[in-house]
Amino acid sequence: MKVAVIVFPGSNCDRDAQAALQEVGVEAHLVWHGTATLTGFDAAVLPGGFSYGDYLRSGALGARSPMMEAVRAMAAAGRPVLGICNGFQILCESGILPGALTQNASRRFHCGWTDLRVASLPNTWGMDGGTRLRLPIAHGEGAYRVGEGGASALETTHRVVLQYCGPDGAVLPQYAVNGSDQNIAGVANRAGHVVGLMPHPERAMDPGLGGGDGRRFLKAWLNSGVAS
Amino acid sequence: MTPHSFVVHVMLKPGVLDVQGQAVEAVLRQEGHPAESVRVGRRIEVVVLADSWAAGRERVDHMARGLLANPVLEQYTIESGADAASEEPR
Repeated sequence: MKVAVIVFPGSNCDRDAQAALQEVGVEAHLVWHGTATLTGFDAAVLPGGFSYGDYLRSGALGARSPMMEAVRAMAAAGRPVLGICNGFQILCESGILPGALTQNASRRFHCGWTDLRVASLPNTWGMDGGTRLRLPIAHGEGAYRVGEGGASALETTHRVVLQYCGPDGAVLPQYAVNGSDQNIAGVANRAGHVVGLMPHPERAMDPGLGGGDGRRFLKAWLNSGVAS
Repeated sequence: MTPHSFVVHVMLKPGVLDVQGQAVEAVLRQEGHPAESVRVGRRIEVVVLADSWAAGRERVDHMARGLLANPVLEQYTIESGADAASEEPR
């Protein structure tokens, strides 16, 4: 399997993502966002960082990159697409995923480990609803807003995949570190192969360095393709 | 085609939490100002080449919907730019 890690001007987790993917046994290449094709790739990762310096809005300018048409085509073909942090912001800004990410309600940049609960994933992932993960976050603009129509509209066409929870797994408003609607940390398309999340799985690859749940998450995502 | 100038004002929709506005409001109060509410927006000046003022405005509206504002969180208004040539025809 060959995965493209898209590099935008201002991406800063691209090499971490590449290393993490290599860790889980796939070939991973950095591809510049000005390229308009993903021929030969089986999946794509939009990494974290500050594309275009967060000018206008986080992810807004990166979402209009030539590469995004190729990402859209990859998603339409049923191949796995993953947006991490700024990559999630780009997927929302491009309309590939619904909703929007805005300033943390606390007005603070949050950096640290978070407890997460898998809300819903298709069988392809091999990860059940209720699964608990511990992954780090590092963002100032990660408050997820579902937009008009609210959560029910979101769940008709998409799915909430990850929610911030407490140490006991309870999904309560006080555990939404950034003030996200419904504690949402990640969303996906209905089929589950196009995913965006604020936490950084690529920074949780080794129990000796805080935790290895990122490895589980990345492996599961790589299996999420629905390509025929 | 002639240049027409427009100003796009982008604001968070009413009801969307404006943390930047809250921070500014808090500091204004700290300085002793009787600030009751502050919301922060964005002013974007665009000069567009178009056959007419109306065509220019329509193009700027397209820009606002497509990129300048995020419809999930924001709303926008468009007005004519400063130069007289850009005035809406009467």
